[in-house]
Amino acid sequence: MSTQVPDQTDDESSASEAETAPAAQQRRMEKKRQRAAEAEETRQTEEAEAALAETETYHLKVFRYDPEIEGKKEPRFDDFHVPYHKGMTVLDALMYARDTYDSSLTFRHSCRQAICGSDAMFVNGRQRLCCKTQLSDLEEPVRIEPLPHQEVVKDLVVDMEHFYDQMEAVEPYFQTNDLPEGELEEQRQSRENREKVKMSTRCIWCGACMSSCNIAAGDNQYLGPAAINKAYRFTMDEREGEDMKQHRLEILEQEHGVWRCQTQFSCTNVCPKDIPLTEHIQELKREAVKSNLKFW
Amino acid sequence: MYEHDVIVVGAGGAGLRAAIAAQEEGADVAIVSKLHPVRSHTGAAEGGINAALREGDSWQDHAYDTMKGSDYLGDAPAIETLAQDSPEEVIQLEHWGMAFSREEDGRVSQRPFGGLSFPRTTYAGAETGHQLLHTMYEQLVKRGIEVYDEWYVLDLAVSDEDAPEDRSCHGVVGYDIQSGNIEGFRARDGVILATGGPGQVYDHTTNAVSNTGDGVAMAYRAGVPMEDMEFIQFHPTTLPSTGVLISEGVRGEGGILYNGEGERFMFEYGYASNDGELASRDVVARAELSEVNAGRGIEDEYVHLDMRHLGEERIIDRLENILHLAEDFEGVDALEEPMPVKPGQHYAMGGIETDENGETCVAGLYAAGECACASVHGSNRLGGNALPELIVFGARAGSHAAGRDLGEAEIPTGKRGEWEAGDVETPVEPGAVEPEVEADTSGDAVADGGSGLDPDGFVERAAERATERVEALLANEDGRNHAEIRADVQQSMTENVNVFREKAGLEQALRDIRAAREAYRDVGVADQSRTFNTDLLQTIETRNIIDLAEAITLGALVRKEFRGAHWRKEHQERDDENWLKHTLLSWNDGSPELWFKPVLLEGEDKRYEPKIRSY
Ligand SMILES: Cc1cc2nc3c(=O)[nH]c(=O)nc-3n(C[C@H](O)[C@H](O)[C@H](O)COP(=O)(O)OP(=O)(O)OC[C@H]3O[C@@H](n4cnc5c(N)ncnc54)[C@H](O)[C@@H]3O)c2cc1C
Ligand code: SF4
Ligand code: FES
Repeated sequence: MSTQVPDQTDDESSASEAETAPAAQQRRMEKKRQRAAEAEETRQTEEAEAALAETETYHLKVFRYDPEIEGKKEPRFDDFHVPYHKGMTVLDALMYARDTYDSSLTFRHSCRQAICGSDAMFVNGRQRLCCKTQLSDLEEPVRIEPLPHQEVVKDLVVDMEHFYDQMEAVEPYFQTNDLPEGELEEQRQSRENREKVKMSTRCIWCGACMSSCNIAAGDNQYLGPAAINKAYRFTMDEREGEDMKQHRLEILEQEHGVWRCQTQFSCTNVCPKDIPLTEHIQELKREAVKSNLKFW
Repeated sequence: MYEHDVIVVGAGGAGLRAAIAAQEEGADVAIVSKLHPVRSHTGAAEGGINAALREGDSWQDHAYDTMKGSDYLGDAPAIETLAQDSPEEVIQLEHWGMAFSREEDGRVSQRPFGGLSFPRTTYAGAETGHQLLHTMYEQLVKRGIEVYDEWYVLDLAVSDEDAPEDRSCHGVVGYDIQSGNIEGFRARDGVILATGGPGQVYDHTTNAVSNTGDGVAMAYRAGVPMEDMEFIQFHPTTLPSTGVLISEGVRGEGGILYNGEGERFMFEYGYASNDGELASRDVVARAELSEVNAGRGIEDEYVHLDMRHLGEERIIDRLENILHLAEDFEGVDALEEPMPVKPGQHYAMGGIETDENGETCVAGLYAAGECACASVHGSNRLGGNALPELIVFGARAGSHAAGRDLGEAEIPTGKRGEWEAGDVETPVEPGAVEPEVEADTSGDAVADGGSGLDPDGFVERAAERATERVEALLANEDGRNHAEIRADVQQSMTENVNVFREKAGLEQALRDIRAAREAYRDVGVADQSRTFNTDLLQTIETRNIIDLAEAITLGALVRKEFRGAHWRKEHQERDDENWLKHTLLSWNDGSPELWFKPVLLEGEDKRYEPKIRSY
């Protein structure tokens, strides 16, 4: 589409200029323009939605493969045209296609609300959680493929074993020597510290990050962003204590650990839970350096 | 054949807790689950866990609130166990590192919830279930407990004495989803069902696609009674387009409900003049539908839940997840506008009849979590009381199955205690359709009388029958697709067995269910692959949905009173004289038998006298 408002955001050099009154004013103007552009965009999507309601169907191209079934042993793409309704997600569309056209269409899904982590797939060239992805945000035809870099079991189902193995390789459980005496007494944790680990606890094990990561694709033993994030969740938890922190940093510093990350941000970009994965990995690198200095 | 001391079916909160407890008791335990543990629907729980932790609160108050909330249909021994054990269990979770929300002093936060006399709902933001599930799975990994994940349990291996009370359970039959292999699992000491809720019986539900009530249906067909199935909780605040839940935490923090005319109807129309939005769920759900039916709804469908006045900071601190849900699943920015909400199926108070140790009337067969009915929730569950139920009764079932002495249970199971026969007139015959392919091949251990098999023999026989069933379904390649049959049942249930129930509608539902049973005789599986055949599994799940839909409807038809979540147009009063009793339904070889047993109101040191329930 060529109706896009040209992108007017300033480049980085002007942002780093000294703050003068006119500059501040310019920024406000800029913001205003941006808001106007956003409003225009909403209008456009609404219009697009209305137009869709008229065309009424959405075109899906879905990856198919089955190791046992003649005609499916060679991977292929099937076309499905599903009637569109407002608010329809990619998962809704897949379920509709399966229940209406082809009951053998196979994909994992369960909660429908972005919490079970079953339905990360490769949609229009990007790792996405299908239940959280609106069809109306996608270009047609919508191409749905299994997560890249994982072995395909059938259709859109991939083998998650390797991902689980990496998750479990970082001692992914709470360890402390500091439990309070009283039977009904909790171990205290400051609000700030809970806040610090909060984002990292949100991971739903969907595997999108790992699938998007070049390093993981090249180094099968690389722990990967999700497992490192899991380790971050405990390393940064003040209740575990200093000794445990050292122990965890040692695990993370191994050959296939944090130092492999080349800060490409692909994981952070695809994480459906908005976990700042790359930042967490960077922070762990800094912690590792700090703790090494301590020993020297 | 695989062999373990204790086999736990299901890896949600209840299953994980049961497995940990069994292992702590020294058992060799394994979990068999159709989903990888972290995919279980416990992860969707938002609001919190009730536990009397603080000064000024007590287990007695928690028990009292729960009994009142149950509308006096809960059993005191179960309710008191829940209230007594939940503080310890919640602190246990904290000691396992669970990321609870915190107070300034570093202790775990608690908030008010509907129907509670004290703010005793412990929480982790609006993602308590996610934190709980992952924390417990971490413990599983730490302990190296074996999980057969993506194994679907097809059936139980139960002996075949005439009376269910004389039977015993020796294992289960598992189907490896990835390979299509069927294997027997021998359980030397016990099988624990922790398969979760049956939300997929309805088409508008907060439950996951995998919540198909498998465990309840399996136990039912093996002779274990289902208890109080008519009591289904409809949550008052679900998003209209998907059924995604907006936690009660929103109202707990001060969220307000408005009708289409901008009136705060909970107060203005006197639905709950004291507690308003924080009245019990059944009360709020009925109020919303009454408003919509009176023409004061929005788009004739829903009402508004507004939390904007709480302010961005507080919302982000305590309810951040709600902002994401409203945005992603309804396209609403809840910081800027009110959220549309309407009642949706949420929770089953009824389930597999157990005692307070989680044991059923069949020796060696246990149930815990939402699939079980001890009964803690009676006719209406209070928000925040299911998660403690998972961990309290999961732990009890696990350790009891592994041989720990928990003392004699006070709640009798099966027809061991006092009971009376029941009867209900139905427009069509419920139960199995003859001749039923299912009947000879599924869980009906009953059919052939004493067989003299040893425990391994029962497991082998169950595996053979399950194999025959799977082969039969696959052989009927051009048979009917289950999806249509399932959709018909779900729609009929939402239309006829919902918040408001009347005789004609309930009878219609039974006719529709009968039609579904007829249609199911010709069901088949088009996908001929042995690899990850979800077509096959969903076909099997649909059969379970039909059995549960029928049980819910039969219970709703027989219970001629209005109690808790069960409202009947023709019977507008709670009737303690005639109905202070549990509804039970036994499969009885395919001709379901209704019966009743008294409610136990006698607590440890007091009797809970039924009072008018007002909020
Ligand atoms: C959206 C939502 C929010 C909620 N919020 C709260 C709350 O804030 N507080 C509260 O107290 N309660 C809440 N509840 C209720 C509570 O979360 C559930 O009742 C509870 O989590 C159910 O746990 P469970 O362990 O019994 O089952 P689930 O967590 O559903 O687990 C079922 C397990 O059984 C397995 N399974 C099922 N069938 C088979 C089979 N045939 N073979 C093998 N495995 C099988 C599945 O794989 C799964 O692992 C909420 C419920 C919902 C839906
Ligand atoms: S970190 Fe994000 S993308 Fe990676 S598994 Fe967890 S939720 Fe998915
Ligand atoms: S279906 Fe559970 S995350 Fe999408």
